[in-house]
Amino acid sequence: MLRFIFWRLIQAIPVIFVVITATFFLVRSAPGGPFDSEKAVLPEVKRALEAQYKLDLPLHEQYFAYLSDLSNGDLGPSFKYPGRSVNEILGSGLPVTAELGLYALSFALLVGVFAGVFAALKPNTRQDYIPMGLAMIGICMPSFLLGPLLVLIFGIYLDWLPIAGWGDLPGDKILPSITLGSAYAAYIARLSRAGMLEILSQDYIRTARAKGLPEWRVVTQHSLRGGLIPVIAFLGPAFAGLLAGSFVVETIFQIPGLGRFYVQAAFNRDYTMILGTTVFLSTLIVFFNLISDVIAAWLNPRLRAQFKGAA
Amino acid sequence: MRFFQTFLTVSSLVVLLTACSSGESNVVSGNREGLLHYGNGAEPQGLDPHVVTGVPENHLIRALFEGLAVKNPKTLEPEPGVAERWDISDDGTVYTFYINPNAKWSNGESITASDYVWSWNRALHPDTGSLYAYMLYPIANSEAYSKREITDFNEVGVKALDDLTLEVTLNAPTPYFLQLMDHYSSFAVHPETLMKHGKMTDRFTPWTRVGNIVSNGAFTLEEWSLNRRIVMKKSEHYWDRDNVALNGVVFYPTENVVSEERMFRAEQLHYTQVVPLDKIPGYRESADPSYVQAPYLGTYYYLVNTDRPPVDNVLVRRALSLALDRDQLTRTVLQDTAIPAFSITPPDTLGYNPPKLFDHDPEKARQLLAEAGYPNGEGWPGLEIIYNTQEAHRKIAVAVQQMWKSELNIDVTIANQEWKVYLDSVSQRNFQVARRGWIGDYVDANNFLDLFITEGGNNNTGYANEVYDDIILNRAPKAKTREERYGLFYEAETMLMQEMPIIPIYTYTSKHLIHPSVEGIYPNLMDSLNLKYVRLHPERRLNEEAD
Repeated sequence: MLRFIFWRLIQAIPVIFVVITATFFLVRSAPGGPFDSEKAVLPEVKRALEAQYKLDLPLHEQYFAYLSDLSNGDLGPSFKYPGRSVNEILGSGLPVTAELGLYALSFALLVGVFAGVFAALKPNTRQDYIPMGLAMIGICMPSFLLGPLLVLIFGIYLDWLPIAGWGDLPGDKILPSITLGSAYAAYIARLSRAGMLEILSQDYIRTARAKGLPEWRVVTQHSLRGGLIPVIAFLGPAFAGLLAGSFVVETIFQIPGLGRFYVQAAFNRDYTMILGTTVFLSTLIVFFNLISDVIAAWLNPRLRAQFKGAA
Repeated sequence: MRFFQTFLTVSSLVVLLTACSSGESNVVSGNREGLLHYGNGAEPQGLDPHVVTGVPENHLIRALFEGLAVKNPKTLEPEPGVAERWDISDDGTVYTFYINPNAKWSNGESITASDYVWSWNRALHPDTGSLYAYMLYPIANSEAYSKREITDFNEVGVKALDDLTLEVTLNAPTPYFLQLMDHYSSFAVHPETLMKHGKMTDRFTPWTRVGNIVSNGAFTLEEWSLNRRIVMKKSEHYWDRDNVALNGVVFYPTENVVSEERMFRAEQLHYTQVVPLDKIPGYRESADPSYVQAPYLGTYYYLVNTDRPPVDNVLVRRALSLALDRDQLTRTVLQDTAIPAFSITPPDTLGYNPPKLFDHDPEKARQLLAEAGYPNGEGWPGLEIIYNTQEAHRKIAVAVQQMWKSELNIDVTIANQEWKVYLDSVSQRNFQVARRGWIGDYVDANNFLDLFITEGGNNNTGYANEVYDDIILNRAPKAKTREERYGLFYEAETMLMQEMPIIPIYTYTSKHLIHPSVEGIYPNLMDSLNLKYVRLHPERRLNEEAD
């Protein structure tokens, strides 16, 4: 098992390195620079700015300077927000985005697993079709539609919940978490239904039922562990996706997270900010994929046996 | 298995615990506590007056700092700020500012004339790289200093005669100079505070952070949470604090205009930066007084590249302009939120009215196009309009495209470009027709007309006319009276609109939602708001019909 983790970590290094290099040169090859603005910038001002941010150096020197800063954990100064470092901006946005992602994922698991298991118990009946139909709608419904819809109903007409902000007013975290989590809930519902269906047709479940165990114990103690393996495998990429993909929800609900900076950085040609967020998120994605692989292996006796054999 | 059960229990608890009924709205609590909740459009780049540019930054900096002179919120005429009065020499080139002895920094120290000398040295210094350095160029030798042609700041026309007297010598009479004193690029910063955190010309020190910043305006910085809010509190040391009604202001980075409007309806904001176009008819129909629209000092126009055929021909340019039905465009596409424009300077810019040389005249347009060699569009080589990717620009481009097709029978393609790509195309003059807007930095026709001097950084059209340059650069600044000066501007602008290197489309308006409890926000051309004059009346409630 340790060897497996070790090899996966070694493989991650070239992946991240390629991401850094490609991003570095791609953003610089895009037309327009960080200091272009609608009002003409005087040439002497532009020179002064480029000198302050080392953009007057040849490209390869900039690249190596960046790599050397990066190896010290320094992502550089933001071009768009003078006086702020990329580290600082990531540091301020990440806890918020992570918290939002965690709530969204909790909501997705709670609703998704329940609906999926519920549907799997009576396949091809109304108990299956209704939650699965809803799940299909959930997958198809984009958050830029669902968010404003929830706001309209619960924020404006019913006036139950605040419609924007994060931790400013009581309850303002609910609508964004649901909006972000619902597409994942729908996906998880379908995954857990499929997983449960497979497990429920196994012989050992028939044995459990034959022993006279009540159905709820069959489900919770015998089937869930196996039935949810596909869900576990999905959680790593899902959490990474929640972190990287929260832009829309953060914009709709005025949430001070990472997503807004990530997208704005690209529009602003904020080179260091684009690189910083990309490197950071790709590292996270690699990391979460690894974690979910490890958990899936730990839950699945067949895979576990493979590792034992290999070790 | 325990893991799942625990996890499910914990996560359901989390969801339930965060659920609560919605409490008191920001507006209700704000009215009680004297706190204005202000939608500010975006997260500011920063708060250093010599480093950042932009509208949200402007609002924040002007709440924290104050210039030598400020603008009256109704008339925009200059009135005392840090300077309690000033003298102007008879030839209009020497300004003597007398600093208010009660004017203090937020740490209690007095503001001195030498603080201004130091600050303007910083603003003009080539190493600082201030994008707005040119705002101070009317000052003698400042341009040479900022371009490193001279290196001794003593040669620049700024002198501290004593602690409270600042003498400023200009190159030439500059009637709008006092207005520039209310622009953040001319604001003073506290020298010791900056030096504590780095060099004078450093752009990225943390001197503007909470706890570090020392400012001189009506408010002081209390909290700055990135992308969440900026909180300011009434200053204890501001010279006119007795006239400041608010106890504080909370600024929100309301990037998403649709969310901003919803926040207003849910009473989370007193004031919105903009109003989404499709919401405006609703507010109008219900005659909701929260919706406030006013003319704004800005013009939306199409740049024409006068070196590219077929628009290198002035007849073609005039035909294109005459074929546009600006009334229809502003009425339908823009929902009456804009004013048709026939020139670059907005109407009534401090008493100046631009010439109107043409109107919608399809007959004449067809005739001009025929004279140019394209009768009824025959032989037309094609034309492309570029615009930066935004729905509003696209709608206008489509309308223009259709008007040109139906009136002149010519084919025009439209192409959107991402913002920085578009900026690059415009500055490289890699276009035939490009969408453009200009918002005035100060209320004077000069700010619009000097765009089109030969090789000007914002000209981008290839327009070059020596007579025009002479009027703008030499004759108008030396004019003795306002009438003479405006007469010269009129002459120059007439020349410009005969040559038509730009096709004016509309004059902007500012659009806000303002809660009925707010008093002291007056519509004006600059959309300029002095928070010092704002007060809240808790008894005035939002019109329920607005929902």
